[in-house]
Amino acid sequence: MTAAHAIHEDYSGLQRIRGGTVSVEGIVKRYGSFTAVTDVSLSIGRGEFVALLGPSGSGKTTLLMMIAGFEHPDHGAVCIDGVDVSRMPPHRRDVGMVFQKYALFPHMTILDNVAFPLRMRGVAAGERRLKALDALHVVGLDGMHTRLPSQLSGGQQQRVALARAIVYRPPVLLMDEPLGALDKKLRERMQIEIKHLQESLGATVIYVTHDQEEALTMADRIAVMNHGQLEQVGTPAELYERPANPFVASFIGETNLMDGELLAAADEDWAVRLVDGTVVRGTPAAAARRGAAVTSRVRLAVRPERIVLAPAEVGGMAATVTDVIYAGPTRIYLLRSGSLPEITVRVPVQSDALKPARGEAVSLTWDSANALVY
Amino acid sequence: MTASLKRLAATLWRPDWRGFSAPLSLLLVGPLVIGLCVAFILPVGRLLEVSVWNPDFTIAELVRIAETPLYLRILGRTFLLGAVVTILTLVLAYPVAFLMARLTGWRLALAAACVMVPLWTSVLVRSYAWIIILQRNGLLNSMLKSLGLIDAPLPLLYNELSVAIAMTHVLLPYMILPIWAALRTIPRELPLAAQSLGANAVRVFLLVVLPLSLPGVASGVLMVFILSLGFYVTPALVGGPETLMIATLIGQQTTELLNWPFAGALAALLLGITLLLVAVFNRFLGLDKKAAS
Amino acid sequence: MTSHAQSAPTANATAPRLNLSKHLGNALFKGVCGLIFLFLLLPTVIVMPASFSATQYLSFPPSQWSLRWYVAYFQDPEWIAATLFSLKVAGLTTVAAVVLGTMGALALMRGRMPLKGAMRAVVLAPMIVPHIVIAVAMYMVYMKWNLLGSLTGFVLAHTVVCVPFVVINVSAGLQKMDPSLEMAAASLGANRLRAFRHVTLPLLGPSMATSAAFAFITSLDEAVISYFLSSSTEKTLTRKMFEDIDFDLSPTIAVVSTLIIVVSVLLMGTIEGLRARAARRAKV
Repeated sequence: MTAAHAIHEDYSGLQRIRGGTVSVEGIVKRYGSFTAVTDVSLSIGRGEFVALLGPSGSGKTTLLMMIAGFEHPDHGAVCIDGVDVSRMPPHRRDVGMVFQKYALFPHMTILDNVAFPLRMRGVAAGERRLKALDALHVVGLDGMHTRLPSQLSGGQQQRVALARAIVYRPPVLLMDEPLGALDKKLRERMQIEIKHLQESLGATVIYVTHDQEEALTMADRIAVMNHGQLEQVGTPAELYERPANPFVASFIGETNLMDGELLAAADEDWAVRLVDGTVVRGTPAAAARRGAAVTSRVRLAVRPERIVLAPAEVGGMAATVTDVIYAGPTRIYLLRSGSLPEITVRVPVQSDALKPARGEAVSLTWDSANALVY
Repeated sequence: MTASLKRLAATLWRPDWRGFSAPLSLLLVGPLVIGLCVAFILPVGRLLEVSVWNPDFTIAELVRIAETPLYLRILGRTFLLGAVVTILTLVLAYPVAFLMARLTGWRLALAAACVMVPLWTSVLVRSYAWIIILQRNGLLNSMLKSLGLIDAPLPLLYNELSVAIAMTHVLLPYMILPIWAALRTIPRELPLAAQSLGANAVRVFLLVVLPLSLPGVASGVLMVFILSLGFYVTPALVGGPETLMIATLIGQQTTELLNWPFAGALAALLLGITLLLVAVFNRFLGLDKKAAS
Repeated sequence: MTSHAQSAPTANATAPRLNLSKHLGNALFKGVCGLIFLFLLLPTVIVMPASFSATQYLSFPPSQWSLRWYVAYFQDPEWIAATLFSLKVAGLTTVAAVVLGTMGALALMRGRMPLKGAMRAVVLAPMIVPHIVIAVAMYMVYMKWNLLGSLTGFVLAHTVVCVPFVVINVSAGLQKMDPSLEMAAASLGANRLRAFRHVTLPLLGPSMATSAAFAFITSLDEAVISYFLSSSTEKTLTRKMFEDIDFDLSPTIAVVSTLIIVVSVLLMGTIEGLRARAARRAKV
């Protein structure tokens, strides 16, 4: 049913928006004694798609609300296209916003909903209608304009919200978990459609989500937030390959974290003695390179799919398989090694790697470039 | 200097648009609050004032109520009738609320309409209707006579019986609605769970449904009792000389005797009892909310 | 009896008997509920046929039918004057209560101001104070202000009684409203006033309409305060009814009662219907 109303893949007729730049400088927001956002700075280029990713309560929505103008920073400034808008009310900022639960006006038809921002901008009735119908066409909702929001499905309402936010061609689009209320299948389709639409329009998008897969799928860059602080900003690949700290390492994808003590720090190849006595090798993370000295406490992070299982006699880190889980494309091995927390290893089902059974002793090895030391 | 001025301006006109600024709020609520103070708080305050300032502070009027057997009898009757009406409404309301909690669709709409229509009908109309039904040659007496149950008409009107019946009728919806609301919120699975654990229908009701509906019963009982104390129209129209209640007494003292200090004292008494009961009511609801969360 | 046959294959020997008693109990329960519903409705229903009586004195059921009491009502200048006066009071009260109450609800729900709790208490107090106390107090003070029997006095008094319901209704409407709707309007370029006019106000419409209907009927039906504030020349319909019920029980009262019931039920029924429709529509 919804497939019939997919967002058009042919955007040849679409007039591009000149995306705006957004920069956030040293933002602090407190509610009483609680600090929701702590000294966040971020700058976003024209036409960029940036995801604000973090667990709930991380301050990502508060930050978005300050960019939209619904909240006001205690310190710092929000600039759109180089203009400080920190004290400007939301209706004058000219940003488009898509809300979590769509926020369609229930008393207005779809057409009136989409035409609303044009009406607020004093566009004449005839032109309003044409532009609104156009926007509805772009999101694949032709012929729905006389209905009321309650007569549409969740996915269709989402498209109306999108049409309403782009119809006046705002240089910046803000989205607050816009797909949160949709089921998984539809959500995944909409992720790709929104991404394509954004690329064809050229608008700058700031997209709040708590779903790391969604952020990885859609964003040019991801800003990871936790406890009101910006943990790291980077492309999906940077975040996955070079997470700045253990939080990012475990929030984006899976990771095995092991505590230990730094034995030797020679350039890119560091030696770490884990708490159970095993000595392993890793690459220093950017922050560790500056701060860590020999004998200081460090953490080692290795992705489950970067660990290689080898026969026990090969040497390296000794471990015992406690469980084997078949998970479709990969097989998951849960292992114990001394007093370390459980270690997870993922091996592609089709690979010709070692396939130990439960209770078998193996040894774990990895390329030192794939293990980060913090 | 300019910084503090800017700060002041910012607090006065908060660009934070979630919520209205203080000046705007006061502008919006001002007419209402001032109007209520002048048209309502001031008169009630004056009435209470004349009961204790005459011309100096005195509690003579309150003492007079306490020392006159007639007035004490009236007070006692008001409470007794209130209690009787409360019990009657509870007995009649519970089955109806129980039935309504199980109904859906048009049946529920119909039942709800039966409960709401009396609420939208003037107390005067309903008092008048009870006169039609209960008078000497009224509906009830003629029915009983034609059935051969009585020879002479029963004295059904202008006594405590008629007042109790009419008040029960007026207050019944106020009992049904909270009980129904409480019963409706009981999850359907709870009685089923109790049944699956071996309870028969009677025990399901006594051990599960009834205890969970008690908050609704408590609000209904308090509301009906509070409202019954201030009844004026019904006792005045369907009651007789021996059914004088506190509200009718207050009315009599003002319109017929112009005895403001005494009327004020009676009003203060009624208001005091009412406020006390409302405080109990709020406490109940408050506890109720705490238990729910 | 059919239950007997139906349940026979399912269970042991005691089951059919249990089922039978359950069915009997159920029937009994429904019968009792039916009687209680009858008790609720009877007085409202009974005045309608009584109003079509042809006899001089009130009787039920009427032995002969006629419209003579309707004619009597419409030809009696006193009844008509009282009716028109009550309608005028109810109309003005509705406007005053809805406007003041909506403004007040907005401030009490959304405002940031000192003494909010005290103001809320003042606004809700008329619901708690017994009407006889309000009536006598107003009688005493309004007499000094020369407001007895005046339109101003009645509108003031009825607005006092109706306004808490408006505030409660509109506050509930505001509370149910999704706050992101107003935020959406703002993000789309509406300033606060336009967001209010185009989004908040239309969405409060159903609450305000319900409040208005409620205020109108409450004012029209209000008997106690009206009784005390009426003068011998300027009186409301309820005061006139009160006097007539008290002194002579002419069937004209049945006519007035019937008209009031019809107006109330139609008005509230329409509003309830509209509200149910709006609720369905708002369900997203």
